[in-house]
Amino acid sequence: MHGVAVDPLITNLTVFVLAVFVGYHVVWTVTPALHTPLMSVTNAISSVIIVGAILAAGAEGSGLGSMLGGAAVVLVAINTFGGFLVTERMLEMFKKKDPKK
Amino acid sequence: MTQLLSANQVALLYLVASVLFILALKGLSHPLSARQGNRFGIVGMLIAVLVTFAVTHNIHLSMAALAVGGLIGWYAAKRVEMTQMPELVAAMHSLVGLAAVLIASAVVASPTAFNLPDPIPAGNRIELFLGTFIGAMTFSGSIIAFGKLAGLGNKFRLFSSAPVVFKGQQMVNLLIFLAMIGFGIAFFVAAPGGQWPPFLIMTAIAFVLGVLVIIPIGGADMPVVISMLNSYSGWAASGIGFSLNNPLLIVAGSLVGSSGAILSYIMCKAMNRSFFSVILGGFGAAEGAAAGGQQQKSVRSGSPDDVAFLLGNAESVIIVPGYGLAVARAQHAVKEMAHKLSAKGVNVRYAIHPVAGRMPGHMNVLLAEAEVPYDQVAEMEDINSDFGTTDVAFVLGANDVVNPLAETPGSPIYGMPILEAHKARTVIVNKRSMASGYAGIDNPLFYMDRTMMVFGDAKKVVEDIVKAIE
Repeated sequence: MHGVAVDPLITNLTVFVLAVFVGYHVVWTVTPALHTPLMSVTNAISSVIIVGAILAAGAEGSGLGSMLGGAAVVLVAINTFGGFLVTERMLEMFKKKDPKK
Repeated sequence: MTQLLSANQVALLYLVASVLFILALKGLSHPLSARQGNRFGIVGMLIAVLVTFAVTHNIHLSMAALAVGGLIGWYAAKRVEMTQMPELVAAMHSLVGLAAVLIASAVVASPTAFNLPDPIPAGNRIELFLGTFIGAMTFSGSIIAFGKLAGLGNKFRLFSSAPVVFKGQQMVNLLIFLAMIGFGIAFFVAAPGGQWPPFLIMTAIAFVLGVLVIIPIGGADMPVVISMLNSYSGWAASGIGFSLNNPLLIVAGSLVGSSGAILSYIMCKAMNRSFFSVILGGFGAAEGAAAGGQQQKSVRSGSPDDVAFLLGNAESVIIVPGYGLAVARAQHAVKEMAHKLSAKGVNVRYAIHPVAGRMPGHMNVLLAEAEVPYDQVAEMEDINSDFGTTDVAFVLGANDVVNPLAETPGSPIYGMPILEAHKARTVIVNKRSMASGYAGIDNPLFYMDRTMMVFGDAKKVVEDIVKAIE
């Protein structure tokens, strides 16, 4: 370690492996009744690649790069908004109802 | 260049967003905490986007793109029918996949925009390759899945819900896969400037492979496919995160990837299929013929009035809803029937098989939409032991998931976990006809002495029952 920087690949791998473990354990606690909302919310979360899309759109001096990025932002934004909204809409239905309706 | 936030501040805020995403999933452990979880997810995403805006240029382009995509997403989320959730989710997976490909291409075009050295270091190139091919396969595979789910099979054969198989298919897929890896390696060793051709060919092959991998999988296996593509879209995001050295993308992608993988596992287990037999496909292709010869056996059929009488005099009733119920849009009528029975002192519950519906948890959402209280809805493991002491099991639009043949060695569905409706004192089955289910096999439940069949459209039948109760 003295004076030698760790390759970013190793740091990334560390984060990745730990996150897979966290994901594995958290997802098993999800109740089967909510598996559809789980799928739509994970869909929304995977749209976090919008971060990469925004960076691409901001590429200076690369017309192609920013065009590709802009297109990616449009596509992913559909997921970001659509995913969270449709999850909200579904979870709204799972609210505790008054049994004497 | 002056930036609003330092690299350390950005990294810390990304950490906050990562934790919020984990909390979003954790919230789904109970219906009561789920909505708060979703809010955590939204806040996490907001932080991620704002932080990124603060460190980049050309913000107006991104903002405009965000507004356009956001409006489309908002509209889709508002308008989609709950029965169409699988299609929506498949469509969204395809978008993530395509976006991953576009971002990877942008990285190849201008690495410096992502704070990467130009030419791109070897390590990042491997990760780009992985992110791109998983993304491309997710995109084209999800399009096929969408077509199959939306029933576009009669317009375009690739979308057929019956498996599309040909001789030597797996060999062809393997060769194509190896070719893709080959061009990936070519991309890896390519001299600066010569990276585009292998990158583009590799991506094109991945698009084709995505199609080939999904077409042999039959309609009955869609819950597995959609979970699998969910998982892929996560791994694609993770791959992009690796190539951009962005821990937030890696964390979020791994959460999604492992979530999809677990759901695939749960779905396979519920259908008693190995993951590989689903992937290799072909199930439900030519087995329908077996059902033909057995239709001579006699069934006892009854009218909605008979059903109303039986239900009204029962102490306990378990309703077993299948996807046929949702197709007939009978959920509200069923809820009304249950409501009327409860008012008469009948204990009414619903039993849900894990693969009821067309995606994991689909039936729960459809019942929730009809305002069925979630505490009346029980999962298979929790309710199966109660069928023996239940007066009436009312099977609506379900078939394979209540087929007692699953307990007979040698049957095609042997070993599949089923709802043990056949153990109830009386069984009522509503179907439109005697046609067999997805698995294409006959169901002995229909011929039992204790079983009464009520033929007809589920909605019409249940509405007649509602009228006849009292």
